[in-house]
Amino acid sequence: MTDGAKVWGLHLLVLAAVFAAQFLLPPYHATNLARIMVLAVFAMGYNIAFGYTGLLSLGHALFFAAGMYGMGLPVWHLEWVSVPALIAGLLAGGVMAGAVGVLALRTAGVSFMIVTLMFAQAGYLTLLYLNSWTGGDEGFVVASAARQAFGFSLATDTPRFTAAFVLFAAGLLACLWLVRSPFGRVMVAMRENEERSRMLGYDPFRVKLVALILSGLYAGLAGAAYGMLFGYVGASFATIQYSILPMLYVLLGGAGTVLGPFLGALLMFYLIDITSNYTDAYLFVVGAALVGLVLFAPKGILGTLRERAWRWLP
Amino acid sequence: MLRVEGITAGYGPVTILRELSFHAQAGQVTCIMGRNGAGKSTLLKAIMGQVPVQSGQITLNGVPVHLLPAHKVPGQGIAYVPQGRRLFGPLTVAENIEVGLLTRNKGPRTRDFVLDLFPRLRERLDQVASTLSGGEQQMLAIARALCLEPSVLLLDEPSEGLQPSMIALIRDTVLRLRDTGLATVLVEQRVDTVLRMADRVAFMAHGRVEVDVPREGLTPESTLFQKFVGV
Repeated sequence: MTDGAKVWGLHLLVLAAVFAAQFLLPPYHATNLARIMVLAVFAMGYNIAFGYTGLLSLGHALFFAAGMYGMGLPVWHLEWVSVPALIAGLLAGGVMAGAVGVLALRTAGVSFMIVTLMFAQAGYLTLLYLNSWTGGDEGFVVASAARQAFGFSLATDTPRFTAAFVLFAAGLLACLWLVRSPFGRVMVAMRENEERSRMLGYDPFRVKLVALILSGLYAGLAGAAYGMLFGYVGASFATIQYSILPMLYVLLGGAGTVLGPFLGALLMFYLIDITSNYTDAYLFVVGAALVGLVLFAPKGILGTLRERAWRWLP
Repeated sequence: MLRVEGITAGYGPVTILRELSFHAQAGQVTCIMGRNGAGKSTLLKAIMGQVPVQSGQITLNGVPVHLLPAHKVPGQGIAYVPQGRRLFGPLTVAENIEVGLLTRNKGPRTRDFVLDLFPRLRERLDQVASTLSGGEQQMLAIARALCLEPSVLLLDEPSEGLQPSMIALIRDTVLRLRDTGLATVLVEQRVDTVLRMADRVAFMAHGRVEVDVPREGLTPESTLFQKFVGV
Protein backbone atom coordinates (compact mmCIF):
# COMPACT_ATOMS: atom_id res chain seq x y z
CA MET A 1 0.00 0.00 0.00
CA THR A 2 1.39 3.43 -0.88
CA ASP A 3 1.92 6.06 1.77
CA GLY A 4 -0.78 8.21 0.19
CA ALA A 5 -3.29 5.36 0.45
CA LYS A 6 -2.34 4.78 4.08
CA VAL A 7 -2.78 8.47 4.87
CA TRP A 8 -6.21 8.76 3.27
CA GLY A 9 -7.27 5.37 4.62
CA LEU A 10 -6.40 6.29 8.20
CA HIS A 11 -8.11 9.67 8.11
CA LEU A 12 -11.26 8.34 6.49
CA LEU A 13 -11.33 5.51 9.01
CA VAL A 14 -11.15 7.99 11.88
CA LEU A 15 -13.96 10.03 10.34
CA ALA A 16 -16.10 6.92 9.91
CA ALA A 17 -15.46 5.86 13.52
CA VAL A 18 -16.35 9.30 14.86
CA PHE A 19 -19.55 9.41 12.78
CA ALA A 20 -20.56 5.94 13.93
CA ALA A 21 -19.92 6.88 17.57
CA GLN A 22 -23.15 8.90 17.73
CA PHE A 23 -25.12 5.67 17.29
CA LEU A 24 -23.11 3.78 19.87
CA LEU A 25 -22.52 6.31 22.64
CA PRO A 26 -25.03 7.36 25.29
CA PRO A 27 -26.38 10.91 24.75
CA TYR A 28 -24.08 12.48 27.35
CA HIS A 29 -20.95 11.23 25.62
CA ALA A 30 -22.33 11.94 22.15
CA THR A 31 -22.82 15.57 23.20
CA ASN A 32 -19.32 15.59 24.63
CA LEU A 33 -18.00 14.26 21.34
CA ALA A 34 -19.80 17.03 19.44
CA ARG A 35 -18.13 19.54 21.75
CA ILE A 36 -14.75 17.82 21.30
CA MET A 37 -15.07 17.92 17.51
CA VAL A 38 -15.64 21.69 17.58
CA LEU A 39 -12.74 22.19 19.98
CA ALA A 40 -10.61 19.95 17.74
CA VAL A 41 -11.28 22.30 14.81
CA PHE A 42 -10.05 25.14 17.03
CA ALA A 43 -6.95 23.08 17.83
CA MET A 44 -6.41 22.24 14.14
CA GLY A 45 -6.21 25.97 13.52
CA TYR A 46 -3.71 26.34 16.33
CA ASN A 47 -1.74 23.45 14.86
CA ILE A 48 -1.46 25.22 11.49
CA ALA A 49 0.16 28.20 13.21
CA PHE A 50 2.20 26.39 15.85
CA GLY A 51 2.69 22.81 14.69
CA TYR A 52 3.39 23.49 11.02
CA THR A 53 4.64 27.09 10.88
CA GLY A 54 6.29 27.39 14.30
CA LEU A 55 4.24 30.36 15.51
CA LEU A 56 3.82 29.96 19.27
CA SER A 57 0.76 32.08 19.96
CA LEU A 58 -1.01 32.89 23.20
CA GLY A 59 -3.66 34.90 21.43
CA HIS A 60 -5.90 32.31 19.86
CA ALA A 61 -8.68 32.93 22.37
CA LEU A 62 -9.11 36.25 20.58
CA PHE A 63 -9.68 34.53 17.24
CA PHE A 64 -12.04 31.99 18.82
CA ALA A 65 -13.97 34.78 20.53
CA ALA A 66 -13.97 36.86 17.33
CA GLY A 67 -15.70 33.98 15.58
CA MET A 68 -18.11 33.46 18.44
CA TYR A 69 -19.08 37.12 18.71
CA GLY A 70 -18.90 37.55 14.93
CA MET A 71 -21.66 34.94 14.80
CA GLY A 72 -23.50 35.91 17.99
CA LEU A 73 -23.74 39.69 17.73
CA PRO A 74 -25.50 39.70 14.32
CA VAL A 75 -27.88 37.06 15.65
CA TRP A 76 -28.58 39.06 18.80
CA HIS A 77 -28.72 42.57 17.37
CA LEU A 78 -29.67 42.02 13.73
CA GLU A 79 -31.60 38.75 13.98
CA TRP A 80 -29.41 36.99 11.44
CA VAL A 81 -30.02 33.28 10.87
CA SER A 82 -27.55 30.46 11.30
CA VAL A 83 -25.67 30.13 8.01
CA PRO A 84 -24.90 33.83 7.37
CA ALA A 85 -24.02 34.22 11.05
CA LEU A 86 -21.60 31.27 10.90
CA ILE A 87 -19.98 32.75 7.80
CA ALA A 88 -19.67 36.08 9.62
CA GLY A 89 -17.98 34.26 12.51
CA LEU A 90 -15.57 32.49 10.15
CA LEU A 91 -14.60 35.77 8.50
CA ALA A 92 -14.30 37.57 11.84
CA GLY A 93 -11.72 35.02 12.98
CA GLY A 94 -9.70 35.41 9.79
CA VAL A 95 -9.85 39.20 9.79
CA MET A 96 -8.87 39.37 13.44
CA ALA A 97 -5.93 37.01 12.85
CA GLY A 98 -4.85 39.10 9.86
CA ALA A 99 -5.01 42.34 11.84
CA VAL A 100 -3.11 40.88 14.78
CA GLY A 101 -0.64 39.18 12.46
CA VAL A 102 0.26 42.35 10.56
CA LEU A 103 1.49 43.81 13.84
CA ALA A 104 2.57 40.78 15.88
CA LEU A 105 4.56 39.10 13.09
CA ARG A 106 7.08 41.92 13.26
CA THR A 107 8.27 40.06 16.33
CA ALA A 108 9.28 36.42 16.72
CA GLY A 109 9.62 33.71 19.36
CA VAL A 110 8.85 34.75 22.93
CA SER A 111 8.10 38.32 21.85
CA PHE A 112 5.46 37.05 19.42
CA MET A 113 3.91 34.99 22.20
CA ILE A 114 3.72 37.98 24.51
CA VAL A 115 2.38 40.36 21.85
CA THR A 116 -0.38 37.90 20.90
CA LEU A 117 -1.22 37.45 24.59
CA MET A 118 -1.43 41.21 24.95
CA PHE A 119 -3.84 41.48 22.00
CA ALA A 120 -5.99 38.68 23.41
CA GLN A 121 -6.17 40.35 26.80
CA ALA A 122 -7.06 43.65 25.15
CA GLY A 123 -9.81 41.85 23.25
CA TYR A 124 -11.15 40.27 26.43
CA LEU A 125 -11.21 43.60 28.24
CA THR A 126 -12.92 45.22 25.25
CA LEU A 127 -15.70 42.62 25.43
CA LEU A 128 -16.20 43.47 29.09
CA TYR A 129 -16.01 47.22 28.51
CA LEU A 130 -18.62 47.17 25.73
CA ASN A 131 -21.02 45.19 27.89
CA SER A 132 -24.15 46.87 26.53
CA TRP A 133 -23.28 45.43 23.12
CA THR A 134 -21.59 42.19 24.08
CA GLY A 135 -23.41 41.15 27.24
CA GLY A 136 -20.16 41.66 29.17
CA ASP A 137 -19.19 38.99 31.65
CA GLU A 138 -22.59 37.33 31.55
CA GLY A 139 -22.67 36.96 27.79
CA PHE A 140 -25.92 36.08 26.10
CA VAL A 141 -27.93 33.13 24.88
CA VAL A 142 -28.17 32.55 21.14
CA ALA A 143 -31.86 32.69 20.23
CA SER A 144 -33.22 29.26 19.38
CA ALA A 145 -34.93 30.76 16.31
CA ALA A 146 -31.48 31.41 14.88
CA ARG A 147 -30.27 27.90 15.67
CA GLN A 148 -32.08 26.35 12.73
CA ALA A 149 -30.33 25.06 9.64
CA PHE A 150 -31.89 23.33 6.63
CA GLY A 151 -35.06 22.66 8.59
CA PHE A 152 -33.30 21.13 11.62
CA SER A 153 -32.84 22.58 15.09
CA LEU A 154 -29.16 22.68 16.01
CA ALA A 155 -30.24 22.68 19.64
CA THR A 156 -31.24 18.99 19.39
CA ASP A 157 -28.81 16.11 19.69
CA THR A 158 -28.67 14.51 16.25
CA PRO A 159 -28.57 17.68 14.10
CA ARG A 160 -26.03 19.18 16.52
CA PHE A 161 -23.80 16.12 16.30
CA THR A 162 -24.17 16.03 12.53
CA ALA A 163 -23.31 19.72 12.19
CA ALA A 164 -20.27 19.30 14.45
CA PHE A 165 -19.21 16.26 12.43
CA VAL A 166 -19.56 18.08 9.09
CA LEU A 167 -17.45 20.92 10.48
CA PHE A 168 -14.88 18.51 11.88
CA ALA A 169 -14.66 16.42 8.72
CA ALA A 170 -14.32 19.49 6.51
CA GLY A 171 -11.67 20.94 8.83
CA LEU A 172 -9.72 17.70 8.99
CA LEU A 173 -9.73 17.05 5.24
CA ALA A 174 -8.90 20.67 4.45
CA CYS A 175 -6.02 20.50 6.91
CA LEU A 176 -4.79 17.24 5.38
CA TRP A 177 -4.93 18.79 1.93
CA LEU A 178 -3.18 21.94 3.14
CA VAL A 179 -0.22 20.24 4.80
CA ARG A 180 0.31 17.99 1.77
CA SER A 181 0.10 20.94 -0.62
CA PRO A 182 3.10 22.99 -1.79
CA PHE A 183 2.17 25.75 0.65
CA GLY A 184 2.17 23.17 3.45
CA ARG A 185 5.79 22.31 2.61
CA VAL A 186 6.67 25.98 2.68
CA MET A 187 5.07 26.36 6.13
CA VAL A 188 7.24 23.50 7.42
CA ALA A 189 10.30 25.00 5.73
CA MET A 190 9.57 28.28 7.50
CA ARG A 191 9.25 26.51 10.84
CA GLU A 192 12.50 24.62 10.32
CA ASN A 193 14.68 27.45 9.09
CA GLU A 194 13.32 30.89 8.39
CA GLU A 195 16.62 32.29 7.11
CA ARG A 196 17.15 29.40 4.71
CA SER A 197 13.61 29.84 3.42
CA ARG A 198 14.32 33.51 2.84
CA MET A 199 17.44 32.56 0.89
CA LEU A 200 15.26 30.45 -1.38
CA GLY A 201 13.17 33.53 -2.12
CA TYR A 202 10.29 33.20 0.34
CA ASP A 203 9.07 36.21 2.28
CA PRO A 204 8.74 34.91 5.86
CA PHE A 205 6.34 37.68 6.86
CA ARG A 206 3.94 36.87 4.05
CA VAL A 207 4.06 33.09 4.56
CA LYS A 208 3.53 33.40 8.31
CA LEU A 209 0.72 35.92 7.85
CA VAL A 210 -1.13 33.59 5.48
CA ALA A 211 -0.64 30.71 7.93
CA LEU A 212 -1.93 32.83 10.81
CA ILE A 213 -4.99 33.92 8.82
CA LEU A 214 -5.77 30.28 7.95
CA SER A 215 -5.36 29.48 11.62
CA GLY A 216 -7.68 32.36 12.53
CA LEU A 217 -10.30 31.12 10.05
CA TYR A 218 -10.30 27.73 11.77
CA ALA A 219 -10.48 29.33 15.22
CA GLY A 220 -13.20 31.72 14.10
CA LEU A 221 -15.30 28.97 12.57
CA ALA A 222 -14.88 26.85 15.70
CA GLY A 223 -15.89 29.78 17.92
CA ALA A 224 -18.94 30.53 15.77
CA ALA A 225 -19.97 26.88 15.71
CA TYR A 226 -19.47 26.50 19.45
CA GLY A 227 -21.78 29.43 20.13
CA MET A 228 -24.33 28.25 17.58
CA LEU A 229 -24.39 24.57 18.61
CA PHE A 230 -24.30 25.05 22.36
CA GLY A 231 -26.34 28.25 22.43
CA TYR A 232 -24.19 30.56 24.48
CA VAL A 233 -21.75 33.39 23.77
CA GLY A 234 -19.66 34.74 26.63
CA ALA A 235 -16.49 36.64 27.46
CA SER A 236 -15.08 33.64 29.30
CA PHE A 237 -14.22 32.20 25.87
CA ALA A 238 -11.85 35.12 25.34
CA THR A 239 -9.80 34.47 28.47
CA ILE A 240 -6.25 33.16 28.36
CA GLN A 241 -7.57 29.70 29.22
CA TYR A 242 -8.89 29.46 25.67
CA SER A 243 -5.48 30.34 24.30
CA ILE A 244 -3.79 27.67 26.41
CA LEU A 245 -6.31 24.89 25.77
CA PRO A 246 -5.63 24.47 22.03
CA MET A 247 -1.93 24.53 22.77
CA LEU A 248 -2.37 21.70 25.26
CA TYR A 249 -4.50 19.72 22.82
CA VAL A 250 -1.86 20.09 20.13
CA LEU A 251 1.06 19.29 22.42
CA LEU A 252 -0.70 16.22 23.79
CA GLY A 253 -1.87 14.85 20.44
CA GLY A 254 1.27 15.78 18.52
CA ALA A 255 2.23 19.16 17.05
CA GLY A 256 2.57 19.00 13.29
CA THR A 257 0.28 16.00 12.87
CA VAL A 258 -3.16 16.31 11.29
CA LEU A 259 -4.94 14.00 13.72
CA GLY A 260 -3.02 15.20 16.78
CA PRO A 261 -5.37 18.08 17.67
CA PHE A 262 -8.40 15.77 17.70
CA LEU A 263 -6.65 13.12 19.76
CA GLY A 264 -5.33 15.76 22.16
CA ALA A 265 -8.74 17.41 22.51
CA LEU A 266 -10.41 14.04 23.12
CA LEU A 267 -7.96 12.93 25.80
CA MET A 268 -7.66 16.30 27.50
CA PHE A 269 -11.44 16.81 27.54
CA TYR A 270 -12.03 13.50 29.26
CA LEU A 271 -9.03 13.90 31.56
CA ILE A 272 -10.60 17.12 32.85
CA ASP A 273 -14.13 15.68 32.79
CA ILE A 274 -13.21 12.60 34.79
CA THR A 275 -10.78 14.14 37.27
CA SER A 276 -13.08 17.08 38.00
CA ASN A 277 -15.61 14.55 39.30
CA TYR A 278 -13.17 13.61 42.03
CA THR A 279 -11.33 16.81 42.89
CA ASP A 280 -11.46 20.56 42.41
CA ALA A 281 -7.72 20.41 41.87
CA TYR A 282 -8.16 18.73 38.49
CA LEU A 283 -5.71 21.14 36.86
CA PHE A 284 -3.05 19.57 39.06
CA VAL A 285 -3.74 16.26 37.33
CA VAL A 286 -3.62 17.96 33.93
CA GLY A 287 -0.26 19.46 34.89
CA ALA A 288 1.06 16.08 36.01
CA ALA A 289 -0.07 14.55 32.71
CA LEU A 290 1.76 17.24 30.79
CA VAL A 291 4.93 16.71 32.82
CA GLY A 292 4.70 13.02 31.94
CA LEU A 293 4.19 13.94 28.31
CA VAL A 294 7.27 16.17 28.27
CA LEU A 295 9.34 13.43 29.91
CA PHE A 296 8.22 10.44 27.86
CA ALA A 297 6.75 11.76 24.61
CA PRO A 298 7.85 15.36 24.05
CA LYS A 299 6.58 15.28 20.47
CA GLY A 300 3.08 14.31 21.62
CA ILE A 301 1.38 10.97 21.10
CA LEU A 302 1.16 10.96 17.32
CA GLY A 303 4.47 12.81 16.94
CA THR A 304 6.15 10.01 18.88
CA LEU A 305 4.27 7.37 16.90
CA ARG A 306 5.46 9.00 13.68
CA GLU A 307 9.03 9.14 14.93
CA ARG A 308 9.08 5.48 15.96
CA ALA A 309 6.83 3.67 13.51
CA TRP A 310 4.45 5.51 11.16
CA ARG A 311 6.85 7.78 9.31
CA TRP A 312 4.21 8.42 6.67
CA LEU A 313 1.85 10.09 9.17
CA PRO A 314 1.22 13.69 8.02
CA MET B 1 27.99 39.56 -14.49
CA LEU B 2 28.12 39.82 -10.67
CA ARG B 3 30.02 42.90 -9.59
CA VAL B 4 30.74 43.94 -6.02
CA GLU B 5 32.05 47.49 -6.02
CA GLY B 6 33.64 49.08 -2.98
CA ILE B 7 31.18 47.70 -0.42
CA THR B 8 31.45 48.28 3.29
CA ALA B 9 29.27 45.96 5.33
CA GLY B 10 29.03 44.45 8.77
CA TYR B 11 26.91 43.49 11.73
CA GLY B 12 25.57 46.57 13.53
CA PRO B 13 28.48 48.72 14.61
CA VAL B 14 31.04 46.05 13.67
CA THR B 15 32.39 46.54 10.15
CA ILE B 16 33.56 43.31 8.50
CA LEU B 17 33.94 44.19 4.81
CA ARG B 18 35.85 47.37 4.02
CA GLU B 19 35.50 48.89 0.55
CA LEU B 20 35.67 45.43 -0.95
CA SER B 21 35.56 44.95 -4.71
CA PHE B 22 35.14 41.67 -6.49
CA HIS B 23 33.51 40.20 -9.57
CA ALA B 24 32.38 36.82 -10.90
CA GLN B 25 32.05 35.90 -14.58
CA ALA B 26 29.68 33.54 -16.33
CA GLY B 27 31.22 30.14 -17.02
CA GLN B 28 33.92 30.61 -14.39
CA VAL B 29 34.55 29.29 -10.91
CA THR B 30 35.90 32.04 -8.69
CA CYS B 31 37.36 30.77 -5.44
CA ILE B 32 37.64 32.94 -2.37
CA MET B 33 40.33 32.08 0.13
CA GLY B 34 41.44 33.65 3.37
CA ARG B 35 41.97 32.98 7.03
CA ASN B 36 39.13 32.67 9.53
CA GLY B 37 37.61 36.08 10.11
CA ALA B 38 38.77 37.49 6.78
CA GLY B 39 35.14 38.09 5.79
CA LYS B 40 34.59 35.33 3.19
CA SER B 41 31.21 34.15 4.46
CA THR B 42 30.16 37.72 5.23
CA LEU B 43 30.81 38.61 1.59
CA LEU B 44 28.40 35.89 0.44
CA LYS B 45 25.83 36.99 3.01
CA ALA B 46 26.17 40.60 1.89
CA ILE B 47 25.54 39.56 -1.71
CA MET B 48 22.42 37.72 -0.54
CA GLY B 49 21.18 40.71 1.45
CA GLN B 50 21.61 39.00 4.79
CA VAL B 51 24.20 41.52 5.92
CA PRO B 52 23.34 45.19 5.28
CA VAL B 53 25.61 47.02 2.84
CA GLN B 54 26.52 50.42 4.26
CA SER B 55 28.21 51.79 1.13
CA GLY B 56 29.21 50.66 -2.34
CA GLN B 57 27.01 48.56 -4.59
CA ILE B 58 26.39 45.02 -5.80
CA THR B 59 25.04 44.53 -9.31
CA LEU B 60 24.03 41.52 -11.37
CA ASN B 61 24.20 42.22 -15.10
CA GLY B 62 24.05 45.91 -14.24
CA VAL B 63 20.97 45.62 -12.00
CA PRO B 64 21.56 46.69 -8.37
CA VAL B 65 20.70 43.92 -5.93
CA HIS B 66 22.06 45.37 -2.69
CA LEU B 67 18.96 47.51 -2.19
CA LEU B 68 16.56 44.57 -2.41
CA PRO B 69 15.10 42.80 0.64
CA ALA B 70 16.89 39.48 1.17
CA HIS B 71 13.99 37.33 -0.02
CA LYS B 72 13.99 39.06 -3.42
CA VAL B 73 17.67 38.46 -4.19
CA PRO B 74 17.21 34.79 -5.21
CA GLY B 75 14.56 35.92 -7.67
CA GLN B 76 17.27 37.90 -9.50
CA GLY B 77 19.11 34.66 -10.19
CA ILE B 78 21.54 34.30 -7.31
CA ALA B 79 21.45 31.06 -5.33
CA TYR B 80 23.29 30.43 -2.10
CA VAL B 81 24.36 27.23 -0.35
CA PRO B 82 25.44 28.24 3.14
CA GLN B 83 28.01 26.59 5.34
CA GLY B 84 26.48 23.68 7.23
CA ARG B 85 23.91 22.97 4.49
CA ARG B 86 20.79 23.78 6.56
CA LEU B 87 18.23 21.52 4.96
CA PHE B 88 14.62 21.27 6.05
CA GLY B 89 15.26 18.15 8.11
CA PRO B 90 11.74 16.71 8.52
CA LEU B 91 10.92 17.07 4.81
CA THR B 92 11.86 14.36 2.34
CA VAL B 93 14.35 14.83 -0.49
CA ALA B 94 11.47 15.31 -2.92
CA GLU B 95 9.81 17.88 -0.67
CA ASN B 96 13.04 19.83 -0.16
CA ILE B 97 13.40 20.02 -3.93
CA GLU B 98 9.75 21.01 -4.28
CA VAL B 99 10.27 23.92 -1.86
CA GLY B 100 13.20 25.03 -4.02
CA LEU B 101 11.19 24.79 -7.23
CA LEU B 102 8.13 26.66 -6.00
CA THR B 103 9.71 29.97 -5.30
CA ARG B 104 10.40 30.73 -8.98
CA ASN B 105 7.64 28.49 -10.34
CA LYS B 106 10.05 26.00 -11.86
CA GLY B 107 8.70 22.69 -13.03
CA PRO B 108 9.57 19.09 -13.92
CA ARG B 109 12.29 20.07 -16.41
CA THR B 110 14.31 21.80 -13.66
CA ARG B 111 13.58 18.96 -11.27
CA ASP B 112 14.88 16.41 -13.75
CA PHE B 113 17.97 18.54 -14.42
CA VAL B 114 18.99 18.64 -10.75
CA LEU B 115 18.19 14.96 -10.21
CA ASP B 116 20.26 14.05 -13.26
CA LEU B 117 23.14 15.97 -11.71
CA PHE B 118 22.76 13.96 -8.50
CA PRO B 119 21.37 10.50 -9.38
CA ARG B 120 21.87 9.40 -5.80
CA LEU B 121 19.12 11.83 -4.74
CA ARG B 122 16.73 10.30 -7.25
CA GLU B 123 17.15 6.98 -5.43
CA ARG B 124 16.28 8.64 -2.12
CA LEU B 125 13.38 10.90 -3.03
CA ASP B 126 11.17 9.62 -0.21
CA GLN B 127 13.89 9.66 2.42
CA VAL B 128 13.70 12.29 5.16
CA ALA B 129 16.51 14.81 4.63
CA SER B 130 17.83 14.65 8.18
CA THR B 131 18.62 10.95 7.72
CA LEU B 132 20.88 11.46 4.67
CA SER B 133 24.65 11.19 4.94
CA GLY B 134 26.69 14.39 5.05
CA GLY B 135 27.61 14.13 1.39
CA GLU B 136 24.04 13.46 0.33
CA GLN B 137 22.86 16.42 2.39
CA GLN B 138 25.35 18.61 0.61
CA MET B 139 24.13 17.30 -2.75
CA LEU B 140 20.57 18.10 -1.73
CA ALA B 141 21.53 21.59 -0.56
CA ILE B 142 23.15 22.28 -3.93
CA ALA B 143 20.27 20.66 -5.83
CA ARG B 144 17.74 22.76 -3.96
CA ALA B 145 19.68 25.93 -4.75
CA LEU B 146 19.87 24.94 -8.43
CA CYS B 147 16.08 24.64 -8.50
CA LEU B 148 16.09 28.44 -8.74
CA GLU B 149 17.86 28.12 -12.12
CA PRO B 150 20.38 30.72 -11.00
CA SER B 151 22.92 32.52 -13.11
CA VAL B 152 25.22 32.85 -10.08
CA LEU B 153 25.79 30.11 -7.49
CA LEU B 154 27.41 30.96 -4.16
CA LEU B 155 28.88 27.99 -2.27
CA ASP B 156 30.26 28.36 1.23
CA GLU B 157 32.76 25.58 1.97
CA PRO B 158 30.77 22.73 0.41
CA SER B 159 33.58 20.21 1.05
CA GLU B 160 33.65 20.85 4.79
CA GLY B 161 33.43 17.59 6.73
CA LEU B 162 32.99 15.36 3.67
CA GLN B 163 34.89 12.23 2.69
CA PRO B 164 37.21 12.48 -0.35
CA SER B 165 34.87 10.60 -2.71
CA MET B 166 32.05 13.04 -1.94
CA ILE B 167 34.34 16.02 -2.36
CA ALA B 168 35.33 14.68 -5.79
CA LEU B 169 31.69 14.17 -6.75
CA ILE B 170 30.71 17.68 -5.76
CA ARG B 171 33.79 19.09 -7.47
CA ASP B 172 32.89 17.32 -10.72
CA THR B 173 29.34 18.61 -10.47
CA VAL B 174 30.49 22.20 -9.98
CA LEU B 175 32.74 21.88 -13.03
CA ARG B 176 29.84 20.52 -15.10
CA LEU B 177 27.72 23.47 -14.00
CA ARG B 178 30.52 25.85 -14.95
CA ASP B 179 30.47 24.40 -18.44
CA THR B 180 26.77 25.28 -18.72
CA GLY B 181 27.68 28.95 -18.23
CA LEU B 182 26.94 29.26 -14.52
CA ALA B 183 29.03 31.76 -12.57
CA THR B 184 30.18 30.05 -9.38
CA VAL B 185 31.65 31.75 -6.32
CA LEU B 186 33.22 29.20 -4.04
CA VAL B 187 34.54 29.85 -0.55
CA GLU B 188 37.08 27.09 0.00
CA GLN B 189 40.01 26.43 2.30
CA ARG B 190 41.46 23.34 0.65
CA VAL B 191 44.32 24.23 -1.69
CA ASP B 192 44.07 21.03 -3.77
CA THR B 193 40.35 21.60 -4.38
CA VAL B 194 40.91 25.21 -5.35
CA LEU B 195 43.67 24.29 -7.79
CA ARG B 196 41.43 21.72 -9.48
CA MET B 197 38.32 23.88 -9.72
CA ALA B 198 39.14 27.55 -9.84
CA ASP B 199 39.43 29.76 -12.87
CA ARG B 200 40.33 32.68 -10.62
CA VAL B 201 41.31 32.91 -6.99
CA ALA B 202 40.55 35.94 -4.81
CA PHE B 203 42.54 36.13 -1.58
CA MET B 204 40.91 38.02 1.26
CA ALA B 205 42.33 39.61 4.38
CA HIS B 206 40.94 42.22 6.78
CA GLY B 207 37.64 42.50 4.94
CA ARG B 208 39.13 43.19 1.50
CA VAL B 209 40.11 41.24 -1.59
CA GLU B 210 43.85 41.81 -1.47
CA VAL B 211 44.84 39.71 -4.48
CA ASP B 212 42.73 38.45 -7.39
CA VAL B 213 44.65 36.21 -9.81
CA PRO B 214 44.01 33.58 -12.49
CA ARG B 215 44.57 30.03 -11.34
CA GLU B 216 47.27 29.50 -13.96
CA GLY B 217 50.59 30.08 -12.33
CA LEU B 218 49.39 29.03 -8.88
CA THR B 219 50.94 25.88 -7.42
CA PRO B 220 50.55 24.24 -4.01
CA GLU B 221 53.80 25.93 -3.06
CA SER B 222 52.72 29.43 -4.06
CA THR B 223 53.51 32.00 -1.41
CA LEU B 224 49.99 33.46 -1.76
CA PHE B 225 48.54 30.37 -0.07
CA GLN B 226 51.05 30.69 2.74
CA LYS B 227 50.43 34.39 3.13
CA PHE B 228 46.61 34.41 3.02
CA VAL B 229 45.61 30.92 4.17
CA GLY B 230 48.59 29.85 6.25
CA VAL B 231 49.29 26.55 4.49
